[in-house]
Amino acid sequence: MIERTPILNIATHAILVFGLLFLLLPLYLVIVAASHSLQDVVAVPPNLLPGDQLWINLQAAWAKGHLGERFVTTFIVAMGVMTGKIVLSCITAFGIVFFDHRLKMPIFWLIFITLMLPLEVRIVPTYAVAANAFLPFQTLLDLSGITWVINAVSGVEVKLEWNLLNSYAGLIMPLIATATGTFLYRQFFLTIPEELVEAAKMDGAGPVRFLWDMLIPLSRTNIAALATIMFVYAWNQYLWPLLVVTDQSYAMIAVELSRLVPKFTATGGEVPKWHIAMAGTLIVMLPPIVVVVAMQRWFVRGLINTDK
Amino acid sequence: MAHITIQDVRKSYAKTEVVHGVSLEVQSGEFVVILGPSGCGKSTLLRMIAGLESISGGQITIAGKVVNDLEPHERGCAMVFQNYALYPHMTVGDNIGYGLKVAGLPRAERTAKVAAVAASVGLTEFLDRRPGQLSGGQRQRVAMARAIVREPAVFLFDEPLSNLDAKLRVQMRHEIRRIHNQISATSVFVTHDQAEGMTLADRLVVMNKGVIEQVGTPEEIYHAPASVYVGGFIGSPAMNFMGGMVAPKQACVALENGCRIAIPQALAAAHAGHLVQIGLRPEALNLVPAGMGAFDATFDFFEELGPARLYHFRFEDLMIAVLSSDKPPVQVGQPMGLKIAPEAVHLFSADTGKRLEASQKATESVLV
Repeated sequence: MIERTPILNIATHAILVFGLLFLLLPLYLVIVAASHSLQDVVAVPPNLLPGDQLWINLQAAWAKGHLGERFVTTFIVAMGVMTGKIVLSCITAFGIVFFDHRLKMPIFWLIFITLMLPLEVRIVPTYAVAANAFLPFQTLLDLSGITWVINAVSGVEVKLEWNLLNSYAGLIMPLIATATGTFLYRQFFLTIPEELVEAAKMDGAGPVRFLWDMLIPLSRTNIAALATIMFVYAWNQYLWPLLVVTDQSYAMIAVELSRLVPKFTATGGEVPKWHIAMAGTLIVMLPPIVVVVAMQRWFVRGLINTDK
Repeated sequence: MAHITIQDVRKSYAKTEVVHGVSLEVQSGEFVVILGPSGCGKSTLLRMIAGLESISGGQITIAGKVVNDLEPHERGCAMVFQNYALYPHMTVGDNIGYGLKVAGLPRAERTAKVAAVAASVGLTEFLDRRPGQLSGGQRQRVAMARAIVREPAVFLFDEPLSNLDAKLRVQMRHEIRRIHNQISATSVFVTHDQAEGMTLADRLVVMNKGVIEQVGTPEEIYHAPASVYVGGFIGSPAMNFMGGMVAPKQACVALENGCRIAIPQALAAAHAGHLVQIGLRPEALNLVPAGMGAFDATFDFFEELGPARLYHFRFEDLMIAVLSSDKPPVQVGQPMGLKIAPEAVHLFSADTGKRLEASQKATESVLV
């Protein structure tokens, strides 16, 4: 909408600026809190201007939370989830869009309705599966009576077990399935003209070749957009890592961060060190910000889909 | 070099049959144009030859090999698509060479071939560009080069010129014909544009509603259309049709209003008393003063074409077009006489729409 209305312009900008301040205020308070010593943070009335202790607090948070190790762990998980999601959703959408079979639409809708079942909803069964990834197969074998047959014939009790707790696999795999990603890819694949597919067929390219030589290069902006969203998503994971990991060497950064936040216990506990917790928060926030800023241009193009 | 045999080929989608048993022989090195209105099944037929559509019935043989169950790339065909279908993320050079790359040709050999083909269609300076940076004509050339480079036995064209402007279309038409002569592949070209068909084809195949109406050289089809449909479809401006009955005594066709149009004696004798449609080509009709021709018609308006004029007359409730290079002066609403040589009258059966000839033999030879 292009209009020359100075008053409207001022009003819209005012709303925009207000919204921006509204969003940035908490962040500002984090920075302020992270830059004071303990006494200044808990002082009443609170300080609203940044102090000079920021660097010291950052160092303290880094050491206290073992953030160095946590960064490595979290980075591995985030990259794993991101890559897994991209590969899986790309292949799924490829199967749904470019192959003709009767189950095409049912499969698509099955995937689509999982949008209504995020991890938080299915956390108990997911945990059960993570404790033994072969559980569904074991159940199938038990129900179909195959376990009984094998036991009767050979005397061997069939027990399939694959424990994913306290492992990168357990952290990554349940987070990989993504209806959003599949949907994004599907919508993009649907815009690819039929003639392009046919030209590739005439040139002798099989399905895998077509995927690799045509679809992946053509969907690189989509990949970038998806990668950005999914990296941030995985980086910020809290509930699942909290459940599936008891071994501290696999702890994710968001979980660690919650440990930096002081706990009030019945016995009084320790003095709440808000300044350290806030400094830790600042550090933990950094990688997602870097990723979003770096990928921004691609990200927007991938989502609005104009690059063709 | 490949000979294509199409035997009773059918195509149906679910329960609807769109190609009803088509048989056609294409000689090695021949340029065949399949012509028909949209929806007549011509593209479907082409795509069945290419292997992009499955064949519901019948058999297609290329170079003596039945190809019904072969993958597109195993059939030795190359295809040029209507919208070019270039790979947007690849350079022109990579587009042309992609088929060779898939086939596993070493890079050096590939580059040499691509360069040679690009030179032959005048694309050498564009090899590093993307398709998006090219004009329509240049994209068409890339699509052609991509087909040529694979040295196919059969060249398939699916309305490749319909996205170009009129001038470029004529130019590309010449180029396609030149390339065909150069590489001596067998070419099958699908179009709805009769000018393209007439000018390009060694042999023309006219299709309508999923069946072949007529196969023949452009000249045969123009001079002896096998049916009312072909007569009306081929030739621009279109043929005029009138209904009547053959009167053998006067060697003429008597129109419903009593006018008589002379036809050859032998033709009239062979089909005495038959209800017919007569076809009169606008360029075969001559303008004479009122009362001097076979019948009089009222002048309506004319279109100036430069070397000739296209006059439109009203005759009963019909519109009759006459193409005349003499450009005689006429006045709106005035009657003029229309005259035609007996040999120039095309006779079609009123029930079947098929062409009527003086002897059955002649009819058969036209129908092939």
